[in-house]
Amino acid sequence: MDELKLYTYIAVFGSFALYFAIAWWARAGSTSDFYVAGGDITPLQNGMAIGADWMSAASFISMAGLIAFLGYGGSVFLMGWTGGYVLLAMLLAPYMRKHGKFTVPEFISDRYYSKTARIVAVICLIIASLTYIIGQMKGVGVAFSRFLEVDYGLGLGIGMAVVWVYAVLGGMKGITYTQIAQYCVLIFAYTIPAVFISLQLTGNPIPQLGLGSTLADGSGVYLLDKLDMVVTDLGFKEYTTDNMGGTLNMFAYTMSLMIGTAGLPHVIMRFFTVPSVQAARSSAGYALVFIALLYTVAPAVGAMARLNLMNTIEPAAGQNLEYEARPQWFKDWETTGLLKFEDKNGDGKITYVADAEKNEMVKVDRDIMVLANPAIANLPNWVIALVAAGGLAAALSTAAGLLLAISSSISHDLMKGVLTPDLSDKNELLAGRIVMTIAILISGYLGLHPPGFAAGTVALAFGLAASSIFPALMMGIFAKKMSGTAAVWGMCSGIGVTMLYVFQHKGIMFIPGTSFLGDMGPDWFFGISPNAFGAVGALVNFAVAFIVLRFTGPAPAHIQDMVDNFRSPYGKIEASHDH
Amino acid sequence: MEGETTYWQENLRLIFISLVIWFVVSFGLGILLVEPLNEFRLGGYKLGFWFAQQGSIYTFVGLVFWYSAKMNKLDKKYKVEES
Repeated sequence: MDELKLYTYIAVFGSFALYFAIAWWARAGSTSDFYVAGGDITPLQNGMAIGADWMSAASFISMAGLIAFLGYGGSVFLMGWTGGYVLLAMLLAPYMRKHGKFTVPEFISDRYYSKTARIVAVICLIIASLTYIIGQMKGVGVAFSRFLEVDYGLGLGIGMAVVWVYAVLGGMKGITYTQIAQYCVLIFAYTIPAVFISLQLTGNPIPQLGLGSTLADGSGVYLLDKLDMVVTDLGFKEYTTDNMGGTLNMFAYTMSLMIGTAGLPHVIMRFFTVPSVQAARSSAGYALVFIALLYTVAPAVGAMARLNLMNTIEPAAGQNLEYEARPQWFKDWETTGLLKFEDKNGDGKITYVADAEKNEMVKVDRDIMVLANPAIANLPNWVIALVAAGGLAAALSTAAGLLLAISSSISHDLMKGVLTPDLSDKNELLAGRIVMTIAILISGYLGLHPPGFAAGTVALAFGLAASSIFPALMMGIFAKKMSGTAAVWGMCSGIGVTMLYVFQHKGIMFIPGTSFLGDMGPDWFFGISPNAFGAVGALVNFAVAFIVLRFTGPAPAHIQDMVDNFRSPYGKIEASHDH
Repeated sequence: MEGETTYWQENLRLIFISLVIWFVVSFGLGILLVEPLNEFRLGGYKLGFWFAQQGSIYTFVGLVFWYSAKMNKLDKKYKVEES
């Protein structure tokens, strides 16, 4: 066994052993432990757990790669996925915590006194969460097969077993404490290579400052200016100004991600685990600090990875790398098929330019940038091993949080709330565990046989949350008179137009060949792309709800009293419930 | 109740101020005004680019803590802390 493999085994299985130990120590005894960790997690702990829950394989592996190739346009992810926490902290979390229930659909059903509303919310939640998990499971499979060189399916199986043990055993309590450990693993794994690379390129160890510094090669040129120059010389768009389909599209995209983030149930339900309203507000702040640590490093990782890649292929203008002299990491990623070279002009050298006719780097998968980065920069083996453990921590922690959201919405909202209201606490706990086991098996199966529409559905998850759940929750808190009928109409129209626009571009249920653009060009609605359409769906939701409210009359008085109650931290929890 | 500000009204005022700042640093300085701002520099960063990829995030963190601290004071002022 070589050194790298040994280090990787130690990092990966060492971290797994830690998660198991924590799960055993914090196993759940009641439904309250299982759903909301008994409601006594401190804001600092909760902030860290939310950070790990939120930062998935997509944040850890994909985001910096996206930024590396989108440049300034990649800012939509940075602003969108952090700005949503401002909305959560001010518009949703404190009031929902005060109301004091276990799940998001339960809040919606109380506030809108409607089982229909609850069922609509459960459906949105399950679709959004399942599509997310598929991505995490794929991430686990890829990390195992690349770093430990085991079969993709076996890697996936090991990942499923690990999540099963600590999520089913520990519920929210076990998941929360495990996620705190996972946060530490993933943030170290992300920042250590970034510090090394920043130091190499600019002499400044802090990546956020390194990105704005001059290069360490003595030329006195700023890193970003150099990068702009290198990419424009080869015909690519300028790194710092490339704005991804125009200003309006960036605006709508950022807005969709922000309100989508604030509307994702697996994030909102974390605020039910803290002891007070004050703690709910401050845990949003701590969560954002822990998330910002990674999100402000990511643009440095992206830009530096792009520059290193360009410099490796063309060390000086016109002096392209001989294909035979390519470095080891290049060969490794070629074998995975994520990196492809085709010698079009037959000169034995690698030409990497924007022009598709002449470009010989026919495939550079964006997802490899973070994983390949330490090798491109010639960092020591233990750093590479750490990155593998970090990627797994990011994927596992998010998968566990999502599984809990799914199992609670089925066992608590559908079974206990709608189908079998007299379910005992003990049986509900058992049902939660069984549902979670089934959800793990389904998501594992889908990770092994990813449906053709897997890639497109992540956008749908944000679109759904942005156009249905966020407006319903916000109106429930800020528009006291909003009625159940109006809210259900709003949710359905919001989801309706969003799905219509997405399906129109990408096919009905993402089945190829069923897209129905007709005479309308792509992005026909003011140049807004389907991924950015959730913001428009949310506007439709608000508009329809208020119009219907005008014609059907306001919510009953006892519901308005309930709203007054959860607007203030003072007073009893669960007012006007069950009567 | 006429003329007297309530807990909820003061809360709405704080939320409004916060959301104006939230909007200005991200959508305003990071997207709508990015081109004129890019004429200015912050070290190697173009200023608009810096707001989009760094500045807006730092401001968000500050905002959430500021709002949280203000609300804790408001809770005390109106004696609505959780018992």
